[in-house]
Amino acid sequence: MRREIQFQLNGREVSAQVAPHESLVEVLRESFGLYGARESCGQGMCGCCTVVVDGRAVSGCLYLATLAEGASVSTIEGNEELDAVQQAFIESGAFQCGFCTPGFILMTRQLLDEQPDPDDEAIKHYLSGNLCRCAAYPEIIEAVKLAARKRRKA
Amino acid sequence: MKRATQSTETPQVGRSVPRLESWLKVTGRAEYVHNLRLPGMLYGKIFRSTVAHGRIKRIDVAAAQALAGVYRVVTSREVREVIPDPYYGPAFHDQPILAIDKVRYVGEPVAVVLASDPHVAEEAVHLITAEYEELPAVYDEVEAMTSKAIVHEVLRPAGTFPDLKHLKDRKNTNVALEFRLRRGNAEKAFRDAHRVFEHRFSTQQVMHTPLEPLVSVAESTESSLTIHTASQSPSFVRIEIARLLGWPENKVRVRVPFLGGGFGAKLYIKLEALVSVLSLLARRPVKISLTMEEQFFTITKHASTFRIKSGVSKEGRILARECEVWWNGGAYADIGPRVTQKSGFTAPGPYDIEHVAVDSYALYTNLPPAGALRGFGIPQLVWAYEGHTDLMARELGIDPIEFRRRNLLREGRPQATGTVMKDAALEKVLERISVLMEWGKPFDRGAGTIRKGRGIAIGFKACVSPTTSLAAVNVNADGSCIVYCSTADMGQGSDTAMAQIAGEVLHMAAESITVVHSDTDVTPYDMATLGSRSLFHMGNAVKLAAEDALSKLNVLRKELGLAADCPIPDIFKKKYGMQAGNVAGAGSYIPSYKSPDANGLTDNATPFWMVGASGVELEVDTETGKVRLTRLVNVADVGTPINPKIVETQISGAAIMQLGFTLHEKMQFDAQGQLRNASFAEYKIPGMLDLPASMVNEAVVAEQKTGPFGGKGVGESGTFGVSPAIANAIHDAVGVRLTALPLSAESIWEKLK
Repeated sequence: MRREIQFQLNGREVSAQVAPHESLVEVLRESFGLYGARESCGQGMCGCCTVVVDGRAVSGCLYLATLAEGASVSTIEGNEELDAVQQAFIESGAFQCGFCTPGFILMTRQLLDEQPDPDDEAIKHYLSGNLCRCAAYPEIIEAVKLAARKRRKA
Repeated sequence: MKRATQSTETPQVGRSVPRLESWLKVTGRAEYVHNLRLPGMLYGKIFRSTVAHGRIKRIDVAAAQALAGVYRVVTSREVREVIPDPYYGPAFHDQPILAIDKVRYVGEPVAVVLASDPHVAEEAVHLITAEYEELPAVYDEVEAMTSKAIVHEVLRPAGTFPDLKHLKDRKNTNVALEFRLRRGNAEKAFRDAHRVFEHRFSTQQVMHTPLEPLVSVAESTESSLTIHTASQSPSFVRIEIARLLGWPENKVRVRVPFLGGGFGAKLYIKLEALVSVLSLLARRPVKISLTMEEQFFTITKHASTFRIKSGVSKEGRILARECEVWWNGGAYADIGPRVTQKSGFTAPGPYDIEHVAVDSYALYTNLPPAGALRGFGIPQLVWAYEGHTDLMARELGIDPIEFRRRNLLREGRPQATGTVMKDAALEKVLERISVLMEWGKPFDRGAGTIRKGRGIAIGFKACVSPTTSLAAVNVNADGSCIVYCSTADMGQGSDTAMAQIAGEVLHMAAESITVVHSDTDVTPYDMATLGSRSLFHMGNAVKLAAEDALSKLNVLRKELGLAADCPIPDIFKKKYGMQAGNVAGAGSYIPSYKSPDANGLTDNATPFWMVGASGVELEVDTETGKVRLTRLVNVADVGTPINPKIVETQISGAAIMQLGFTLHEKMQFDAQGQLRNASFAEYKIPGMLDLPASMVNEAVVAEQKTGPFGGKGVGESGTFGVSPAIANAIHDAVGVRLTALPLSAESIWEKLK
C-alpha cells in the first residue's frame, strides 16, 4: 500500500514511504521528526497544522501526504535563524502556550509577502483561520505590524 | 504597561522579561507530550457509550480483536485484573477507568483498542458493539434534585476531604454535596426591606478546548511506572495512581513538559489511569491522544442555575441576600464539590451585606463531567449577581456604578463567611472602570436600527485553600541557577515568573535561570497549577528556597573568610579547590486557613482575594439581534505584577475567552443526551474577527502583602465581569434582559420581536 514519494522539505530533497490515507502532518512527524505542525481540531478549522506547500499555506492535517510528491514543502523548522516575524512575535509577547504559534507565524509570513503594510482589519481577516485559545490576538496583531516594520527596514 | 528590555537590569521583579521559552515556541520546538513517541509504543483508541444512562448487557470485541494489526482490546474486566477497585476522582472515588456495569453519559469510555498504528486502532473501535438496557436519564441540574433517575446508586466520597465524609454510602440522591452558609437573619431582613428583588439566571455547558487535546503516555516495568502527561497536577496524578495500584509514591513517576493550553481541563486524573493500566497490561508504552471531539466527552465547565434574592433599604443599601445555586456536575463529580463550596461562599458577591443565606448544590446528571474552567465557578456566579445588581439599580433609579459604590465591600469589612477583606482593591478597580469608561460623560445611544449601550460588572474570588507548594533552588559552582518546581507552564508564563522571583532574591538575571519542568522524581510536591494559586503559593515557595540558598552561600562566605560580595564561583573554588559542588535551597509554603463551621462561617477563608471588573460599550442591530462590541475594558487587582506584559496578556486572554462563553459557545445536546456540536466546525471559539473594536486591559496599583514581592494570581480575574457587563450593556441598548448564556443574536432578536 505504501509508496515512495519525493519532494523538497525545507530546501532539501527528501523521500518518504507514505500510505494513501496519511496526512502531511503525520508524515512530517513520523518520517522526519518535525513537530511544529500539529494536528489539533482535525478539521482544518484552527490552523495549528499549517504547512507551506509550493508557497501556499495548507492545513497539514487534511492535506494528503501523497499530494506533496514533487512539491516544495516548508515548515516552521525551515529557517536556521529567527526571521523578522519570529522576532516580532517574541518582542510583542504574541503567544502563551505556543501550540498555535507556528501556524500564526507561517500565515503572517504569507500575509506580509502579499501585503507589506497591512492594517488591523487586513490582519484580522487574513489570520481569521488561525485560532488561539489563549487568545493572544491583540499581541499577535501588534507582532504582525512590528514584523512588517522590521521587514520594511531590512 | 511599561516594558523594559535590558536583560541585566535589576530589579528582576516588575520587568517584562520575554518568556524564557520564547525561542522554543516560535521555532516549533517546544516540548509537548503531543510530540512524544517511545520505542514499541502502542496507541489506544477509545470505544464510547452511545446511551446517556444504561446497564451494560454485552460488549462484543471479537471482530475488533480479530482485525489485523490489533494488539489487544481492553474492557473493565481486564482493568480489574490490574486494579480491583478502579474508581478515581479528587473529591469522590466515583469514576471508573472504563465503564463498569453501567454507563452514565453519551461518550463515556467503555473499551480501548491498542495497536501500533493509530489508524488500525481507530478502525477496530468501529467493529466493537455494545448492548445496553437503557435507564431513565436526567440532564437538568434543578431537575436532578428531585429526579427519580439516579446517576450513582451510592455516593463514594474520597477520604481526602474531611467535610465530605458524612456523604459516604448515601443512597438515592444526585446531590453530591450541599454547601450551606447562614449569616445574620436574611428572612427577617427581607420583611423589613424597602424593596425585595428576585431573579433567576443560568449558564450553559462549555468546554475548555485546549488546542493541544488531552494526551498521556505511560511506560512501565513490573513494579514501576513513568507517566508523561499533559497535566496541570503532576503531584496529584502520582498520589492517585499510586493509591489505585497500591504502590508507594516513589514507584510512580509523572513528567510534564509544556502544556498546549490547560484552563482547568488537564487537572486530576483524565487519561493517566487508563494509560497506566494499559501499559501494565500490554507491557509496552501506551499513548492516548484525544481528538478535539473526544475532549468534549471528557471534561467541561458546569452549567448552572442561580436564584438570587435581595432586600434593599430606601437608601439603596443591600440588607439581605439569599442565593440558591445548582451546579450541573455531569456524570462524575471531578472537582465539582469543591467548586460548589469554594465558589459557593462568594455567591453573594463583593458586597457588604449583613444578612446572607447561601445554598449551593453539586449535582450529578447524565452529561459529560464538569470540573474547573478558568474561574472555578466564579464566572457563573458573577454572571448572576451582577445581572441582578444591574436590574436592581435600574428599578431603584440609581446609577449602576453608584449603586455598587454604596454596597461594595471595603477593606477590613467581613465578607459573607465573616472573613475580613484584606488586600482586595475592590474600590480601586470599580473607580478605575468608571474612569476608563468615562462614565460621567454623555453617551451616544445610536439611532435607527443600530442602538448603543454600555454596562459594567465587578466580581471577586477567594483563592482555594489550604494548598501546599514546595520548591528547590540549586546554585551551581559556576554561579548559574536552577529552579525546581512542579508548576506546569501551560502558557501563563510561570517558568518566567518563577525565574524572576528567584533572580530577584539571588541578584541574577531571570533570563539566565533554568526552570526544570515537573518530574515527580525530581521536582518537589505541588498541589496543582489551578485557580490562580501558583504565582502566590509556588512564588512564595521559590522565594523561600532562593532565600535559603542565598543564606547558605552567605554562611559559606563567612566560614571561608570571604568578603560578603565575593562572587559565587569563587566561593566554590575556595571550598572545593576547583569548580565543584553546589548549594541547594528548599522552600515550602502553606497559608493558614480555618475550615468553615456548620453555618459556612470562618474568619480565615482564603489566603488572598482576586478582583476583576469589565466595562463594555456595544451596538445591537435591532433587525438581527447581532451584537458588536465597540469597547471592552478589563481591570483587575493582581497585587504587584511580577511581569507586567504577561499579566496584561493574561487579563486580555481571559476576557476574550470569556467573550466566547458569553456570545457563542454552547454544548448542544439532543433529547437523548447526545452532544450535537463536538467540533470546531459547529462549536465556535473566539477568533480574530470576534475581537472588540477596542480593548483596554489594566492592573490597578496594588499590593498583596503576603504574596511574593507583592504579587498574586491573575489567570482568572479577566473572566469575572465580561458576561454580565455585556448583558447589562445589551439591556442598556435595547431594553432587553437576557438571563441565560450565551447571548446569541437569535435570543436577543426573539426578545426584540
